Amino acid sequence: MKRSHRLWLFAVGALGMGFVYCAGARNLPPWGQYRGPYGDAIAQLAVYERHTTDTVNAVTYDYRGFDTLGEEFILFSAVTGVMLLLRPEKQDSGGKRDEKGGNPASFRDRAALSETVQMFTTAIFGFAVIFGIYMATHGQLTPGGGFQGGVILAAAPMLLYIAENTEAFQRIVSHPLVEFLEGAGAAGYALIGMAALAMGAAFLTNVIPLGTTGDVFSSGTIAAISACVGVEVAAGFTLIIFEYLREILSQKKNEEP
Amino acid sequence: MTAVLGVGLLALIAVSALALVRTDDVTCQTMALSFYGLLLALMFFVFRAPDVALAQITVGAIALPLMVMLAITRMKHREARRRKEKEPS
Repeated sequence: MKRSHRLWLFAVGALGMGFVYCAGARNLPPWGQYRGPYGDAIAQLAVYERHTTDTVNAVTYDYRGFDTLGEEFILFSAVTGVMLLLRPEKQDSGGKRDEKGGNPASFRDRAALSETVQMFTTAIFGFAVIFGIYMATHGQLTPGGGFQGGVILAAAPMLLYIAENTEAFQRIVSHPLVEFLEGAGAAGYALIGMAALAMGAAFLTNVIPLGTTGDVFSSGTIAAISACVGVEVAAGFTLIIFEYLREILSQKKNEEP
Repeated sequence: MTAVLGVGLLALIAVSALALVRTDDVTCQTMALSFYGLLLALMFFVFRAPDVALAQITVGAIALPLMVMLAITRMKHREARRRKEKEPS
């Protein structure tokens, strides 16, 4: 294809795209105006009905909790798929999971980093863990919630990896408890939903007492489900990171003569 | 004020998206992707969606670049091994 042909094709495409974009943008609501009926209704009702001050989490973990359960299991099956695809080949497997990573030194990748980076990443580790836990347990009060808290928790061991504290990194990510927590978090969500069934209500009904608005232990199942999601996401992401790193390092080991 | 800030941020996002596409080296591109994700989070925050902003920071600026980085490293190793296997023949 010649350059002039390509330019013509681009011109036609750009014109069409511009036309459709302008036609679509014409019907957008004005800046800062919201037209849907549900947002306003829920914003007014959530504090009264569910004792949450963060409406978004009231929606995700309660009003549309069933959708979130589906998303939760998407992540769960994605992690399972990654683990299945990246499972260690027979030659270097033997018994338990924590033996397959090789010696801790094999997790080291590069020449030593600057001491400043090492010091700061190690110092931030504690803050990251506490912030992740805070985020996962305060979703009903402030923006955040289980998913965000979980990813922050999973990112914390990566700070140790960057700081080249490889022994501690490996001890955390290859712990057998991580796998258990991943399943337990996903199961916890479903079990909280089924607890409502056992009490004669519909699936995922908010059956736990709601408590005082603004308390950490308020909002019933929202806080509990948020914590479960936090555990599941943190463990799931840790597993994915560990599987990838082990795969890369085992390939690297094969390359070395 | 918010409108000016919002439009300015959107312009910055457009520029950084262009820079992201124009970056050649994959490792640099991953860092650019992370920066782009951070800008998007900032935009969500300015448009009063702090929940989405937090999810965007964790996914767009931490998890996604991390996964991309790991996948690229893995592919590089595989490529190197394949090249090595071809050489002796």
